Amino acid sequence: MSFQVLLQVVPFVVLIGLGFTVGGFVERAHFRRLERRERELADITVTDLRGIPLRTKAELCGMVTGEVVIASDYFKTFVATIKKMIGGDLRTYETLMERARREALVRMLESARQLGANHVANVRFASSNISSGMTGRRNRRAAMVEMYAYGTALRLTDVGRGDV
Amino acid sequence: MIVVNTETIAGYEVRESKGLVQGNTIRAKHLGRDFAASLKNLVGGELRGYTELLIEARRQALERMLAQAEQLGANAVVNVRFTTSAITQGAAELYAYGTAVVVEPVK
Repeated sequence: MSFQVLLQVVPFVVLIGLGFTVGGFVERAHFRRLERRERELADITVTDLRGIPLRTKAELCGMVTGEVVIASDYFKTFVATIKKMIGGDLRTYETLMERARREALVRMLESARQLGANHVANVRFASSNISSGMTGRRNRRAAMVEMYAYGTALRLTDVGRGDV
Repeated sequence: MIVVNTETIAGYEVRESKGLVQGNTIRAKHLGRDFAASLKNLVGGELRGYTELLIEARRQALERMLAQAEQLGANAVVNVRFTTSAITQGAAELYAYGTAVVVEPVK
């Protein structure tokens, strides 16, 4: 009897532990990577405005996109499942969303950099749910974020006050 | 073909509007990717298979939209937007739409 209980509890604890340690490690590494890449791309200005800044001349580089799908880990999913019963912030998922948005944005900026742009205008975010309703019992609780960022890459040159 | 998600194009002038053009695609993921995804759901991290799938799908929707624009005799598509909808479990529709226009470079 107690052996059977153990058989049910042990894998669960192992999975939670795995999610907590490995998932936490993956997340921290991802945040560090994001910060480094964001610093490298900091000279590209980003805006969700449609127009271009005043007193600049713009040259089109093309539409740029960035896309990412990130999975939650077992620990995050477990905490969120509990939280869903009692209400409140799902903080473990908030960091997941943040990672996905920043990663999509960084990838978009990286392709803007490749095109030689220094400004990305009219940035929009979209998320899709191709993975919703995965088959299988365990997978039903699977959570993943799919984020898509797109904008128009431009090369801006200052034209000074007098020319406007 | 110029594609932008702004209403105007830097360095170009819109001469003529050809109306709304659109492209869509519905993609389902396959079992292999599902399995890899369920493993990733234990430890977290990026699901590269899904990322690629979505990039492919997005490109396809965009290509279909551009084919329509070409048929109308446009040389640019402005104000492009993307949306998605879940059509059935495990499959998603990706939809791209924009306005086909004829543009000329500003002298």
